[in-house]
Amino acid sequence: MRTLLYILLLPVAFYCVAATAAVDAYTFTDPAKETQFKELIKELRCPKCQNQDIADSDAELAKDLREKVYEMTEQGKSRKEIISYMKARYGDFIHYQPPLRLDTIVLWLAPILVLIAGLIFIFVRASREQASPLNEEEARRLSELLNEKEQH
Amino acid sequence: MKKLWLLLPLACFLVLAVFLYRGLYSNPRELNSVLVGKAVPDFQKVDLFDDNKHYDQKLLATGQPVLLNVWATWCPTCYAEHQFLNTLARQGVRIVGVNYKDERNAAVDWLSRLGNPYEEVLFDPKGQLGLDLGVYGAPETFLIDGQGVIRYRHVGDVNDRVWNQTLKPIYNGLKP
Repeated sequence: MRTLLYILLLPVAFYCVAATAAVDAYTFTDPAKETQFKELIKELRCPKCQNQDIADSDAELAKDLREKVYEMTEQGKSRKEIISYMKARYGDFIHYQPPLRLDTIVLWLAPILVLIAGLIFIFVRASREQASPLNEEEARRLSELLNEKEQH
Repeated sequence: MKKLWLLLPLACFLVLAVFLYRGLYSNPRELNSVLVGKAVPDFQKVDLFDDNKHYDQKLLATGQPVLLNVWATWCPTCYAEHQFLNTLARQGVRIVGVNYKDERNAAVDWLSRLGNPYEEVLFDPKGQLGLDLGVYGAPETFLIDGQGVIRYRHVGDVNDRVWNQTLKPIYNGLKP
């Protein structure tokens, strides 16, 4: 039983080793630089595979970009400098955080608009319920029904 | 006033629909190059055939327009476009090659077998020049004017259709 479990877990172990290999190949002179590197490779998008960050991607280009981020980080370049270096070559596309411009404004405002619309909806419904007390006819019918229930 | 509120969801829908409709017909693989309109970045590269021959960005600013073609032997689409590049070269179109992330022997062998359409070939084994050009795969072709300014970038193979419809008019327009 135990052997079977080991055999089943073996691919998982290999997968973990393979997945972290790319990042662990780098050695850093300063823990702050390591943090910056790890943040940046999660924030930069692979232009080749498009829906992965460069930390995640196995594309050759992603490796080159990781290498570049590592080099620049070790040279003491700041986050901002590295991001603008990448944008100068690959455009805004490479950064997962889009700039605030007319053609991207929907991306930025949509969450707030949805929130506001939701709040208005709730508010309107709540006030409508409050604003409609029972009229005479309804009150009579209600007491009738309640009486009926008591008699049974 | 109350009626106007009812139109709000419709307005939201229309804005979103226009936005998404545009996204539906844009090709995500055709990233606009930020380098169009800018000079070729500075570089120092050796010749593919001769380690003692060095080139820099002046190679691409000789007063005549030039195609800068990024290629590699590991790239099947490069194989597909190679014969067309030979044809262009025979017609007198200047093409400079960038051998991108490749092995020298394989590249030299490829050119001797398939013909060499390139005026010069820059050797870029680590892809640094490719990175500076914002290249994300091979083949890519840049149209560069006589002053060394990038005027157009084409992703994918150059073939008869692409040349006649897109590249040739720009290329002819750049000629002095």
